[in-house]
Amino acid sequence: MNAPTGKLENASSKGYRIIGTRPIRPDGVDKVTGKAIYSPDFVAPGMLHGAILRSPHAHARIRAIDTSAAAALAGVKAVVTGADLPDDATLLERDNTGEALHVARHCLAVDRVLFDGHAVAAVAATTPEVAQAALALIAVDYEVLPAVRTIAEALAPDAPALHPDHTVRGAEPGSLPANIAAVSANSRGDVAAAFAEADVVVEGSYRTAPVHQGYIEPHACVAQWNADGQGQIWASSQGHFMIRSQVGAILGIPLADLRVVPLEIGGGFGGKTRVFLEPVAMILSRRAARPVRLAMTRADVFRSSGPAPGSESRVRMGAKADGTIVAVELDVSLGCGAYPHDESTPALMSATLPYSIPNFAFTGRAVFTNMTTSHAYRAPGAPQGSFPIECTIDQIAERLGMDPLDLRIRNAARPGETGYFGLPHGEVGFLESLEAARAHPHWSAPLAEGAGRGVAAGAWGNYGGPSSAEVSVAEDGTVLVTEGSPDIGGSRASMAMMAGETLGVPYEQVRVVIADTNAIGFSMVTGGSRVTFATGKAVIQAVEHVIEQLRHRAALIWGVETEEVDWRDGAAWCGSGDNAGQSLSLAAIAARANNSGGPISASGTVNAQGYLPGCGVHICDAVTDPETGVTTITRYTAVQDAGTAIHPDYVEGQIQGGAVQGIGWALNEEYVWNAVGQVDNPGFLDYRMPVASDLPMIDAVIVEKPNPAHPFGVKGVGETGIVPPLGAVANAVSRSLGKRMAELPLSPARVHAALTAS
Amino acid sequence: MSRLHITTTVNGDAQEFLCEPGTTLLDALRGPLGLTGSKEGCGSGDCGACTVTLDGEMVCACLVLAPEAQGRRIETIEGMAGAEGLHPLQQQFLAHGALQCGFCTPGVLVAAKALLDHNPDPSESEARYWLAGNLCRCTGYDKIIRAVLATAAQLRQERSPA
Repeated sequence: MNAPTGKLENASSKGYRIIGTRPIRPDGVDKVTGKAIYSPDFVAPGMLHGAILRSPHAHARIRAIDTSAAAALAGVKAVVTGADLPDDATLLERDNTGEALHVARHCLAVDRVLFDGHAVAAVAATTPEVAQAALALIAVDYEVLPAVRTIAEALAPDAPALHPDHTVRGAEPGSLPANIAAVSANSRGDVAAAFAEADVVVEGSYRTAPVHQGYIEPHACVAQWNADGQGQIWASSQGHFMIRSQVGAILGIPLADLRVVPLEIGGGFGGKTRVFLEPVAMILSRRAARPVRLAMTRADVFRSSGPAPGSESRVRMGAKADGTIVAVELDVSLGCGAYPHDESTPALMSATLPYSIPNFAFTGRAVFTNMTTSHAYRAPGAPQGSFPIECTIDQIAERLGMDPLDLRIRNAARPGETGYFGLPHGEVGFLESLEAARAHPHWSAPLAEGAGRGVAAGAWGNYGGPSSAEVSVAEDGTVLVTEGSPDIGGSRASMAMMAGETLGVPYEQVRVVIADTNAIGFSMVTGGSRVTFATGKAVIQAVEHVIEQLRHRAALIWGVETEEVDWRDGAAWCGSGDNAGQSLSLAAIAARANNSGGPISASGTVNAQGYLPGCGVHICDAVTDPETGVTTITRYTAVQDAGTAIHPDYVEGQIQGGAVQGIGWALNEEYVWNAVGQVDNPGFLDYRMPVASDLPMIDAVIVEKPNPAHPFGVKGVGETGIVPPLGAVANAVSRSLGKRMAELPLSPARVHAALTAS
Repeated sequence: MSRLHITTTVNGDAQEFLCEPGTTLLDALRGPLGLTGSKEGCGSGDCGACTVTLDGEMVCACLVLAPEAQGRRIETIEGMAGAEGLHPLQQQFLAHGALQCGFCTPGVLVAAKALLDHNPDPSESEARYWLAGNLCRCTGYDKIIRAVLATAAQLRQERSPA
């Protein structure tokens, strides 16, 4: 529910003062008044305007690039091409994983372009108009090569190889088709024997299209690389330490010499966890000796950033007559685009994550295609892996005449059971989520004539990992939290809430700043639904150190041992001596800090472990017009286990936003290519994301099964919400049409064609 | 080519700037006028992040030429809050958690204010269709719609005699 009085236990019933309440975010006023500075808003003194020339070909050899006329144009201060980035050997020496090499080549092509929109040259000039004029003067001599647009084309026997020398880890060279980028597999039990004993077996083939994260803020940055080798980058991203490490590796800059300042981020959803522009802006800046801005247009974003891979999959599932799933075979191919990016492991791992499957055989692969390199999108790989499973479970329920929620309850993974990698499940909340869905009024509501009701589940493993935080107490007793995780949807609020709860002071007494790379220790990206869990743990740890100092300072003031001082309700309490029973508030201790040892501050650093998956269950009512193929979502409910919801508004917001992205994935969104492999719909008019009038309210229901590894029970909520909608929508549409729909998106044209074909 | 000298009114203040004939109003606002609250998400009128009003009419600033601002009255997100505090829409957006990244928020707020100026009692469906030109990728629109409807109710109550 969305009302502040929703179904959650209120904060006080769990013994919390702040956790579980819904205070206003500290960065809110800046963001509703237009004052917040996002990437495209930043201006550096003396800044030049950069522009990038992009390939119109999906695959071509670059015979020559002539930049002389561009360089000679008045106002042009620098022109660069891929030859101005380090060579392959240098990049592999700096990063033997190959990531720096592939990121660099994606940022600026060398020898060949591998996708429509691949950058081939860049300029920096005094005005954007001069920069654009300079691009028009660059002559590129291309030899156009045949391109592969889809997974099927890439795997065809005579397909051109994107990377003839690519080797796949775990496979003999030459043993795989030309465009396999990576492979993944896992199995358990005796699948053949289990299928032989199954009472019902359902199999099918499924397909999903490549889709884009669709953040509204296009990529942009300003870079300044000085002659002494030190540099600065101002950019929004999901991790300024990620920008530092990628740019540092590509350009060979010591990390302490590269200061990256995080600007406000206008959406990322995984797509801003790698660099596209920054290395190019840096080399332009070095050459021009001025700061340089580079920014993408919306078409650039679609053509050359990192969308989610499309998928082709086959699934076979066997169950007993009572609904017990006994065996699953799943094969998933993901189109990774121009350079290696492998989501096949998370796709397979997530596919049946919420279930207990005794016998399975899973195989997956990433496949090169001539489109921009795919990248993380909210629970990367999980929607593609889960979609075929959830559609198949729905068919087993139909075949057995079972309620699809009851069927899932029968097969739900319980804590302690063996998970995908052979380790036991922790405190998973899937059963509780399924029961909450079954108890929700939506599940028992009458269905309108012609409508279909679909249900699907989904899960994401979540993550922990490294984070840093510092907490300092100002002279008046107010508290400053400094951390390094970009706030993409309210995390400043959740950090202030956890710090205030731990310290025993009001939420408004704590302020949070996201510091640049030279002002705070390393934090991993804002991704993997990790920030409230991992950075939260770093903040809480720092607060606990501060509390130790506060007890010590109070003990000095009172002349007692530190052990005699308690910290509760935001104050030190004296347990012995003349002052027994007396208290000193945080403000009183802060005011005397310089007479008791100096300023009070502490740091917290974690490599957070003990993260637990988030499980969700979505119910979707849909009506499809058989004459037009248009599908309307008439009611939608999304249930999800959050562990503990620190700020329920922003937990609901994550669930609702994920659900609607998933609805878009299911119904309308897809990359469309023309015959020669150019992106045909690189704009929001033709790449049709959901708008307000497409949707009903999204009823977000938070289930709370706390994670024992976090002081407040946090699991992470950002990603799970995008996993169930593909299956939930497809199951609703399939049930409404009486025909199984297995290819996404279920766009009007595709649905209409399927109906007229039958 | 000589640049054009434009005189206009932005958020009640007289302003002037120089621009090329083909400069968009959005680029003029974000560049010479220094008002970066209006955002460019697409540059083609599809996302609504640059929504402003021109003589009271809602427009995408990326689809208006800057010279068209001559002698006109422009209102942007920067003009919505006054010295007396936030506009009720801004307050309700914060109270409802109706923004996550906040990038679409300026355009949504300007469009929502235009809705409520035009229709003080919109239905949910009317609010959804009015805001259909403003893409938000974070929220799924649920909390945005609730915040707009809550503001409409608040303003109706404030306007009606007790």
